[in-house]
Amino acid sequence: MMAMNEKTTTDKRDSVISIRDVKISFGDLQVLRGVDLDLYQGENLVVLGRSGSGKSVLIKLIAGLLLPDSGSIDVLGQRVDQLTEKELNVLRLKIGFSFQNSALYDSMTVRENLEFPLIRNVRNLSRADIDKATEEALESVGLAQTINQMPSELSGGQRKRVGIARTLILKPEIMLYDEPTAGLDPITCTEINHLINDVKEKFNTSSIIITHDLTCAKSTGDRIAMLLDGKFERQGTFEEVFAANDERVKQFYEYNFVN
Amino acid sequence: MDSTTAPPDKPVVTKRLDRMFLNLYDVAVFVGRFFKEVFLPPYEFKEIGRQCYEVGVRSLPLISLTGFITGIVFTNQSRPSLAQFGATSWLPSLIAIAIIRALAPLVTSLIASGRVGSNIGAELSSMRVTEQIDAMEVSGTNPYKFLVVSRVIATTLMIPILTLYTMLLGLLGAYLNVNQNEATSFMTFIDQAFGAISFLDVFASVIKSFVFGFTIGMVGCYKGYNADKGTEGVGKAANASVVTSMFLVFIEELLALQIVAAIRAV
Repeated sequence: MMAMNEKTTTDKRDSVISIRDVKISFGDLQVLRGVDLDLYQGENLVVLGRSGSGKSVLIKLIAGLLLPDSGSIDVLGQRVDQLTEKELNVLRLKIGFSFQNSALYDSMTVRENLEFPLIRNVRNLSRADIDKATEEALESVGLAQTINQMPSELSGGQRKRVGIARTLILKPEIMLYDEPTAGLDPITCTEINHLINDVKEKFNTSSIIITHDLTCAKSTGDRIAMLLDGKFERQGTFEEVFAANDERVKQFYEYNFVN
Repeated sequence: MDSTTAPPDKPVVTKRLDRMFLNLYDVAVFVGRFFKEVFLPPYEFKEIGRQCYEVGVRSLPLISLTGFITGIVFTNQSRPSLAQFGATSWLPSLIAIAIIRALAPLVTSLIASGRVGSNIGAELSSMRVTEQIDAMEVSGTNPYKFLVVSRVIATTLMIPILTLYTMLLGLLGAYLNVNQNEATSFMTFIDQAFGAISFLDVFASVIKSFVFGFTIGMVGCYKGYNADKGTEGVGKAANASVVTSMFLVFIEELLALQIVAAIRAV
């Protein structure tokens, strides 16, 4: 069992994301109540928690889509909440964000969706370079055949994969996955879990995976952090976290695997 | 990042008034941002072109039909009143003044509010709800510039062009009606119609249409960009875009009327 703030073996590596005492409220609702978290180079960190516990808020804070009420968030050595818009945009190119509903641009084809971040952020690319990068990114998620399709023609699993391919096209150092397996059948969930692990291997990324799916957590996470009542109460390997004698953790496990 | 301002916990005046002033502040910031971003690179020429096509070319069938029918109907409705004084020969002048000074800009803008304003409101709010705007932001693209600036430029440029087109179609409808009933020749109709209007009439209408176009684009974008989460927010944003832009177009028409009257008096 590994209680809060205890060190795991991964702690010796460089931290690519460092969150300290972050608090955020929406109106009267205090969502994060002083959160501390580190993501280390090359690891997959799974953030577990119930719906509405602030998991998605956490990665939106990391990507600079929200600002914390207090505390600090350092990403690749830069403090997110103190960056100018221009600096933040440069930093964001090193972060891949896979949204819960994929967030593919409805009015664009799969090709245009993938080209969009590339054309706008990488200068002096020839048409051949763009095509090559687009095809490579799609092949890396196994969906080369969908290149000319519209997002509405894709299944839920395909949309997730294309969403991940769109983030991979800029070769990010950090990947943030927001509920990657939500709303998918068990077989597609397994494929997405494999894809997350493949991305880590092929692109050498460090990732935060937000989920409440314990199968996803177990198969993708090198380390688990459990968000309970606005704080990370437990961190460690899957076995360490779920060996804890905490009723809330047990309940979470039982609902996923027993019920 | 979310651009709307949250009200303070304790109201400064009353909760409603606080909310109203905060909304006004948000609108001012949103509009002010447009004037800042429009001059700064990168310039989204491709997206502006695409939006101009959406607003301009795609509106042509509806605008053509409405403009043409407006000309016919207005001529038909004006005839009995003028006939009472034996003044049906004044129809071309009366109709030209009405269409060019007021009807063409108003009809075009109201049709655009319904078609374009609701479209922008629904599209942007749906993008907000499905996190597409957030996705744009995290991929290093300024969504305000790409989505809002391009659409507002498109409506501001296209509505005056559509207004000129409505003027022509309205006058064509009126001519056909007058020709049918009073056997007025095309040259006589043109002579009388254009003899009654001045450069100021056309110029004021075009300038007015720029303002209407800016309003329609800005309202649609503001409502869509700041839509509430959930599918309900999409419907609300589309609806509010139409209602608010129509209301503002009428207010602006009233103000323009006063300004042009003052210029005429000088």
